[in-house]
Amino acid sequence: MNSRRFVLTGGAALAASVSSSLLLPRWANAQGSKLRVGLMLPFTGTFAQPGIAVENGFRLALAQNGDKLGGREFELVKVDDESNPAKAIENATRLVQRDKVDVLIGSVHSGVQMGIHKVARETGVLNIIPNAGVHVATRAQCAPNVFRTSFTNAQPTLALGKVMVDRGHKKAVWITWNYAAGEEAFEGFEKGFTEAGGTIVKKFGLPFPNVEFQALLTEIASLKPDAVACFFAGGGAAKFLRDYAAAGLNKTIPLYGSGFLTEGVLDAAGDAAEGVLTTLHYSDSLDTPRNKQFRLEYAKTFKAQPDVYAVQGYDAGLLLIQGANAVKGDFSNKKSLYAAMENATIDSPRGKWTMSKSHNPVQDMYLRQVVNKDNKVIRIAQKAVADPGTGCRMG
Amino acid sequence: MDATNFFIQLLNGLQYGLLLFMLTAGLTLIFGIMGVINLAHGSFYMIGAYLAWSLSALFGNLFVAIVVGALLSVVFGWALEWILFRHFYHRDHIDQVLLTFGLIYIFEELRSLLWGDNVHAVQMPKVLDWSIQLTDNLAYPVYRLFMSCICLLLAVGLYLLISKTRLGMKIRAGAFNHDMTEALGINIRLIHGIVFALGVGLASVAGMIAAPISSVYPSMGSSVLIMCFVVVVIGGIGSVRGALVASLLVGLVDTFGKVLLPQVAGMLVYMVMAIVLLYKPEGLFKQ
Repeated sequence: MNSRRFVLTGGAALAASVSSSLLLPRWANAQGSKLRVGLMLPFTGTFAQPGIAVENGFRLALAQNGDKLGGREFELVKVDDESNPAKAIENATRLVQRDKVDVLIGSVHSGVQMGIHKVARETGVLNIIPNAGVHVATRAQCAPNVFRTSFTNAQPTLALGKVMVDRGHKKAVWITWNYAAGEEAFEGFEKGFTEAGGTIVKKFGLPFPNVEFQALLTEIASLKPDAVACFFAGGGAAKFLRDYAAAGLNKTIPLYGSGFLTEGVLDAAGDAAEGVLTTLHYSDSLDTPRNKQFRLEYAKTFKAQPDVYAVQGYDAGLLLIQGANAVKGDFSNKKSLYAAMENATIDSPRGKWTMSKSHNPVQDMYLRQVVNKDNKVIRIAQKAVADPGTGCRMG
Repeated sequence: MDATNFFIQLLNGLQYGLLLFMLTAGLTLIFGIMGVINLAHGSFYMIGAYLAWSLSALFGNLFVAIVVGALLSVVFGWALEWILFRHFYHRDHIDQVLLTFGLIYIFEELRSLLWGDNVHAVQMPKVLDWSIQLTDNLAYPVYRLFMSCICLLLAVGLYLLISKTRLGMKIRAGAFNHDMTEALGINIRLIHGIVFALGVGLASVAGMIAAPISSVYPSMGSSVLIMCFVVVVIGGIGSVRGALVASLLVGLVDTFGKVLLPQVAGMLVYMVMAIVLLYKPEGLFKQ
C-alpha cells in the first residue's frame, strides 16, 4: 500500500513539475511561443489620461503591423503604476521576475521611471520609455537596454530661447515648480535663451504642487520683463494660464512656455490661453500627411483624439517593431536587437526622427501658438534638437 | 517691495486665507465637535468642484449651480454621517484615519468613473468676469473679491450660528460634554448629523466657488488637504475663531514667503505650525 501511494503521488508530482516551466524552462520559451510585452503605465490617478493615450498609441502601432513582433505573436501584461514612485521598483520587478516580460514599456511619471530604470539596469530587460523626461535615464545613467521615444525635459525649452529673442524679447522671467522636471526644463531654457543673447531677469519657483500663483504674478508685474517663460503641466497649467490672463498680464507681457503648458488643457483654459507661444516636438494640428493619417486611424480605433502621449506610445511600438523585425522575434539576440533600435529611423506622426547615442530622440521642435483652443504650428523652432547626453558613456 | 506691491500682496494673502477658512471651518467643526479625524475632507472639496462643473453645464448659471450643489452636498453629508461616520465617534482615532483614508480612494475612483480624468473649466459668471486695474500692468480679478466676500459672510454666519442661536448652544454643549447633553434630553444624534452635513457642505461650496479660478482636475483635493490640517492644528481643534485666524495667518505666510523667501517657501507654513505648537500645544485658540 505504502509503495503504491508513493508511486502515485511521486508520479503526480513529477508529471506536474514536468508540465510546469520550472524543470524545463527551454520548452516554455521556445521559438513559436508568445513574446511578453509589459506595460507599466498609470491607468488611474492624475496621469491616467497620458497613460491610457500611451497604451492606445502603442496598441495601434502593433495592430498596424498585424499584431506581430518580428513574426511572433505577443501578449500584453499590464500593471497600473498609479504614478506612485514608492511602488515602482516592486511593480517593475514583478513584471520582470514573475511575469517574465521580454520588454517593459513604461512609464509616464519621472519618479516611477527611476524605479523602472533601476530594475532595467540590474536585470538587463529591454525598457522603452514612452514619456518620462527625467534626464539621467539617457545621460549619466544611460544603458544599452534603455531607449526613450519621448523627450528629455530640457529639449522643448532648448528651442524656446531663440524664438523669444528673435521676437524681440530679451529680458525674461522664468517661473516653474521647484522639482526635478521644473529644474531640468529650466536647464534647457537657460542654455537656449542665454546663447541667443537673452538675459534671465529673475527665476521664480514655487513648491510643487502649489498652485497659488497670485503672489508671484504680482511680483512679475512689478518687475516688468519683456516676457515670461514657464514650465507647468496638467491642472496647474490650466490654472496658471487663467490666473495670468485674469491678472491682465497677457496684455502687456507675452507668455511663452514648454509645450506642456498648453497640452490637454486648452478646453479648461479657454480664452485665457489665446496667443500663448510654446515649443514642443509635436502638435495636434501638425499639417503633414503622416500626422493626418495617424490621427484618422487613432480616432477610428479609439473614438478619441490622440495627443503627444499617444504619439510617443505609437513610436514606442514602431521602435519595438523595427527591433523585433531585425532579430526575427528572437529577443535573446540582444546585440542585434539594440543595434537595430539604435540605428532606427522612426517615421513618426511628429516627423522622422533618429536615436541619439544616449538613446534619446533627435527631433525637430515646433513653435506653436494657441489659436481658437488649438495649438497651431507656426514653423519649426529648431531642427534636429538633441539632448547633450552629458555623462553617458555609451557610443 | 513698495507700498502698492505690499498692499496687493496683502490682498492676495488675505484672499487665499479666506478661501482656506471656508474649507477648514467644516473640518475643525467635525473634528472638534465629534472628535472625528476626517481625511476625506479634501475629497469633498474636489466633489464640490466637479459638481459645479456638471451643474453649471446643466443649468447654464453658476449661482444656481452653487445653490443646488450646496443642497446636494448637505444631503450627501447627512447620508454619509448616518450610514458611516456615526459608528466611529467612539472608535480609536486610528480607525477613523483608516476609514477616511479609504474613503479618499473610493471618492477618487467614483470621480474617475462619473466624471473622467481630464482637466475641466467652469465658466465664470459674466457679471464677475472682469478685473480691476491696480497698476499699469496688473489687474485684480473681481471674482476673487467675490470669493473673499462670500467667505467673510460665511465667517460671520458661522459665528452668529454658533454663539447666538439655540442650535449653536446645543452644538457647543455637545462638544463640551457629550453624555451630559444627551442626558438633558437634547437629541445629540441630530446635532451630530447637522454638524457633519454642515462641514461637508462648507467644503463642497468652497470647491464650487473656487472652481472657476482653479479649474477642475483629479488631484485638487489632496493638495488642499494638508493645508487644511495645518490650519486646524495652528488654530486649535474645534475653534472656528481659531480656524479664521490661522487661515489668514497661513495665507499671508504662504504669499509673502513665496515672494520674500522663495528658497524656504515650501517649509515656512510648517515651521510656523511647529513654532505655534511649541508655545501653545493646543493651538492658538481653545474651543
